[in-house]
Amino acid sequence: MILLPCPWCGPRDTEEFGYVGEIDARPDPRTTTPTEWRAYLYLRRNIAGWTRERWYHRMGCRRYLVLERDTTTNEVRAPRSPAVRRAP
Amino acid sequence: MGEPRRRSGGHGSARYSGLALLRHGVVGRSWPPAWRTHDLRHGYQVVIVGGGVHGLATAYYLARNHGITDVAVLDKGYLGGGGSGRNTAILRSNYLTPEGVRFYDRSLGLYRGLASDLNFNVMFSRRGHLTLAHSDAALRTMRWRAEVNKVRGVDSDVIGPEEVKRLVPAMDTTDRVRYPILGALYHPPGGIVRHDAVVWGYARAADSLGVHLHQDTEVTGIDVMAGRVTGVRTNRGDIAAPIVVNATAGWATLVADMAGVRLPVQTFPLQAAVTEPVKPFLRPVVVSGSLHVYVSQTARGELVFGASVDPFAAYSTRGSLEFTEGLAGHVLQLMPSLAKLRLLRQWAGLCDMTPDYAPLMGHTDVEGFLVDVGWGTYGFKAGPVAGEAMAECIATGRTPQIISSFGLDRFARGRLVGEKGAAAVGH
Repeated sequence: MILLPCPWCGPRDTEEFGYVGEIDARPDPRTTTPTEWRAYLYLRRNIAGWTRERWYHRMGCRRYLVLERDTTTNEVRAPRSPAVRRAP
Repeated sequence: MGEPRRRSGGHGSARYSGLALLRHGVVGRSWPPAWRTHDLRHGYQVVIVGGGVHGLATAYYLARNHGITDVAVLDKGYLGGGGSGRNTAILRSNYLTPEGVRFYDRSLGLYRGLASDLNFNVMFSRRGHLTLAHSDAALRTMRWRAEVNKVRGVDSDVIGPEEVKRLVPAMDTTDRVRYPILGALYHPPGGIVRHDAVVWGYARAADSLGVHLHQDTEVTGIDVMAGRVTGVRTNRGDIAAPIVVNATAGWATLVADMAGVRLPVQTFPLQAAVTEPVKPFLRPVVVSGSLHVYVSQTARGELVFGASVDPFAAYSTRGSLEFTEGLAGHVLQLMPSLAKLRLLRQWAGLCDMTPDYAPLMGHTDVEGFLVDVGWGTYGFKAGPVAGEAMAECIATGRTPQIISSFGLDRFARGRLVGEKGAAAVGH
């Protein structure tokens, strides 16, 4: 079992989460070109090693969270610079 | 298609036959190695990265159909140690899109004649292939697929639960289960093959035509100058080459990165498992998209189980208990009489998933750098046709019609394929 540290619920089994994927900067839809937009939609860095990614705690608090995970070992750690605010 | 050339009869290419078997049995000499080892040359006309079914088939068809034999196949491990040795060896052509059906049907055709073509027993076994439908939506997709298949001349039809029961007596076709079987897509030409034999057969045949096979040779860099590939760097030395083919699975992104080509690929592990051998009782290959499981019985009697990909992307091939539990539950839903059967082992392979469940084949923005990647959960069954098409692509410099929808540029142009007949797709 792999536990993911949800900032709101604590460590929980991966089965509770939905995998959203790696985080990429979203171009501004009003100014972007179709090529740029499609690159954002489809191209992936698909890193072998530590990567920042988004998960969705679908069977828990139903909030999105950011994690760092080593994709070669599935080691998980909370992001060094949290992209989400901690729960009050 | 060019005429097959006769083998040169050099070292390692002794023809396999009943007579040869008898002669070797009597004389007691050991068999020559199936392929040779070579020193790494400083240059090749074509360097293929990845010594699996795809890479070896590409090399073989380059030599046989186009007479290009100055070819090296590099693998960082042993031949067939990646996806080619980890798949569940299921062959079928009952896909959903016309492009997919045409493509996989050509592959199935090549597989059927492969043993005599390669002079290597690949143990192709025509079993029939059942894709079960547990919901109205699934049944509707099955009908759709059947009609697309029929138009393309592929033997495929929707059958009812009674017919399923007749084909697989062990199947629970009652309505006392959570997901009763409403029908199935039946594809008689589908079957299984010995996956390692396919790798070895292609390797031996390519070797006898003069292709160099280099195992334990890891590509560490790809040299690109002015938008043109000039060679590869490996742990055994540098190779100059005007054409480099990325035929890896699992590492497709990492190898493409070396050439500066970005891919729409995410790598997911897919786990599979095998049971202890039992007497033959299951002839067809049975697939359930809703239960995320597929089952076939090998010639040796083991049941081979596969599943959909793991729920998150990773390069790790470690098995998980969640998989085993889920698999056992789903298999017993289908065939409750297997409850006492024990699993022998489980393993995982890496699947390079693309957004539209279709591969990435052909030229890239870097001249001379070609890809044959993004094979997701359907790479093994496509090995022969992918090799044939890639060989043509390399030899002629043009993209063959049969792979014209699978170009990497389809994402920039917004022309996705949408192959929902692939194994990882639930309906």
